[in-house]
Formats: sequence, structure tokens, C-alpha cells
Amino acid sequence: MDYVLIIISAIFVNNIVLAKFLGVCPFMGVSTRLSTAVGMTGAVTFVMVIATVFTYLIQNYVLVPYGIEFMQTITFILVIASLVQLVEIVLKKVSPPLYQALGIFLPLITTNCAVLGVAILAVGNRDFGLMESVVFAAANAVGFGLALATFAGLREHMELADIPAGMKGIPIAFVTAGLLALAFMGFSGIA
Amino acid sequence: MMENMSENRKNIFTRGLIKENAVFVMLLGLCPVLGTTTSAINGLGMGIATLFVLVLSNLVVSLAKSIIPDKVRIPAYIVIIASFVTIIQLLMQAYTPGLYDALGIFIPLIVVNCLILGRAEAFASKNSLFDSLLDGLGMGLGFTFALTLLGAIREILGSLSIFGFSFAPGDGMLVFVLAPGGFLGLGYIISVMNRITKKKLK
Repeated sequence: MDYVLIIISAIFVNNIVLAKFLGVCPFMGVSTRLSTAVGMTGAVTFVMVIATVFTYLIQNYVLVPYGIEFMQTITFILVIASLVQLVEIVLKKVSPPLYQALGIFLPLITTNCAVLGVAILAVGNRDFGLMESVVFAAANAVGFGLALATFAGLREHMELADIPAGMKGIPIAFVTAGLLALAFMGFSGIA
Repeated sequence: MMENMSENRKNIFTRGLIKENAVFVMLLGLCPVLGTTTSAINGLGMGIATLFVLVLSNLVVSLAKSIIPDKVRIPAYIVIIASFVTIIQLLMQAYTPGLYDALGIFIPLIVVNCLILGRAEAFASKNSLFDSLLDGLGMGLGFTFALTLLGAIREILGSLSIFGFSFAPGDGMLVFVLAPGGFLGLGYIISVMNRITKKKLK
């Protein structure tokens, strides 16, 4: 598989938030300020890449050889939940500034469907080896960050706009997200 | 006293339908809401699958609340939820293969639906078995209602049909079946819902 193709496809064409609808909760929840969006993206990237490596190894060296693929959902969510805990503990010890920046976002990641979604998509693709899966996960994290940062920037400006009373708050945010998704559809066809 | 209690029970059941609707009011579990509602049938199927997991996980969490140690309760809830998700995954694969393929990755992702973990933590872990059952049913039906409504609207506008029955010739506005339509549709529904609930309060 061509790495460039995987990267372009994951970031733009099949953007994880705007085309595949994974990770919409943090997309709506933490995108009111650009700084929190960046923090969340950092935490997601970290966990997504590590989780994909672990789930890839578990799928191919434990679940498939023993013929227990139906345990995939339970195994993967437990791996992700414990990884999040582990990352939190290690980060606290090794890099306190990074922990300060990402700390509050880490517990939220267990129930972020983008992480589990990417792990399942990566092992579900037969063309992907370990290296391709890692690239796929990293590119999806970048795509998540791109969508989140763009949306946060838009929402910061929206605070100043004159919005009809009935659309204030969440409804206008969804409509904006819809327009953003429409813009991203312009990328379809390039990869 | 007795009347008060049944009144309370009725409230537990009905609040999830509209007043505290998981999707329109609390904005929980948005990924499957947007990702699976390309048609009313898909939305309904996803809603029922979630309802099944939610009711059973609420029941088991409520039953097991005294034996789960407080410190490991979240992982314990996740294992309970994941077990039921695996069950529904296998059932759907066997009996509704078409729907299973259409919903795809969103079936295993029921496990990270914040609505289910949220009800386990906020309600089932503190309340009796029967109340938890009612809560799960109410919230689950509210969720199903939201998914079916959004699915129906997107299907009517996007492919000029409802529940698979075409009612007009030609193509609809394709954008409503594609990704942007999910965001737009949900945004306008929430706006209308806000309007209705606000009127009721006055």
C-alpha cells in the first residue's frame, strides 16, 4: 500500500470526523476554544497510535490464531481503557508539563469512539501490515486535529456573529459542521 | 405515598423520551446518530440495538452494584456493556445480515456510546432493578425515536422515500444522504425541539 495514499485519504477524503462520523462528541464538546482543541488532539494522537499498535498485535497474534475473533470488541475496549490509564501514569512521571497539557483530556478518550473505531478499521483492512496501520492511525489523528482546529476557529468567530435566537448555541454549531463537511467533500476523488 | 411512587416511576420512564432526550437535549452518543441515519430503517435498527444493550446493561449493573468495588466500577461497567454488544453483534450477523453490513463499524462502537456508560454510572448504579429497567427503556426509546426521526427526514429529502418505499420519482437532494446532511438535519431538529420545549415551559 502506498503510504501517501493512506495519509491523504485519511486526512482529507475520508476525514474521520466529517466523513466517517467518529469522534463527534469531543468534536462538539471541546471545540469551543482553539487551545483546548489542540490539547485534545495531542492526547488523541498519542493514544490512537499506541492503541492501534497494541490492538494490531493482539488481533494477529492472539485472537486470530486461537479463532476467537468474536472477542474483538471486549478485548479492544479493555486494551484501550488500560492504555489510557497507563499513558496517564507514565506521562505524570516522565513529563509533567505534557501531563499538565493533556491530563484532563485523557480520561475522556476511553469513550472516544474515534480511537476504537480506528483500531477496528485498521485490523479490518486486509492490506494493512503493522507499519500501514501505524501510518493510518497517525494520519487519522491528524485528520481529527484538522477538523477540530478548523471548527474551533470557526466557533471562536461565531461568538461575535449575529445569530437568530432559535439557532443560537448547538444548532448553529451543527449547521456549521455540516457546511464544513460539505467543503471536505470537495476532496473526494483525489485519492 | 403509593401514588407518589408510581408518579415518580412514570417520570423515570417518560423523561428520556422527550424532556431529557439523549440526543436532542443531552447530546450523547452523537457518532451513531449521525453515522447510521442515512435511512429510517438503518436509524431504527441502530436504535433498537442500542436499546437492547442499554436495558440489559442497566439491569446487570443495578443487580451487581453491591458487589462491584467502587474503584474498578468503570472498567467493570465497560466489560458488562461490551459483553452485551458482542451478543447483539453476533445476533445481528446471524439474523439481519443486511442491516449488519449497513451499520458496519457502528455496531461494535455501541460499546463506547457515552449514553450507555452514562446511564450505568449516573442511574443504574444507584437505583433499584425495576427503576433501572424503566430508565433504560425510556432513554433507549428516546434514542431510537431520535435516530428514526433523523433517518426518516434524511431519507425523505435525500432519496424521496420513507422506510424504503419510494413516494416520488427522480432523485432527491443527495447531500442529505451524504455526511453534511447528517449535521444539517440534526442542527435544524435541535433548533425546532428547543423551540417546542421552550413554549411548553411558558
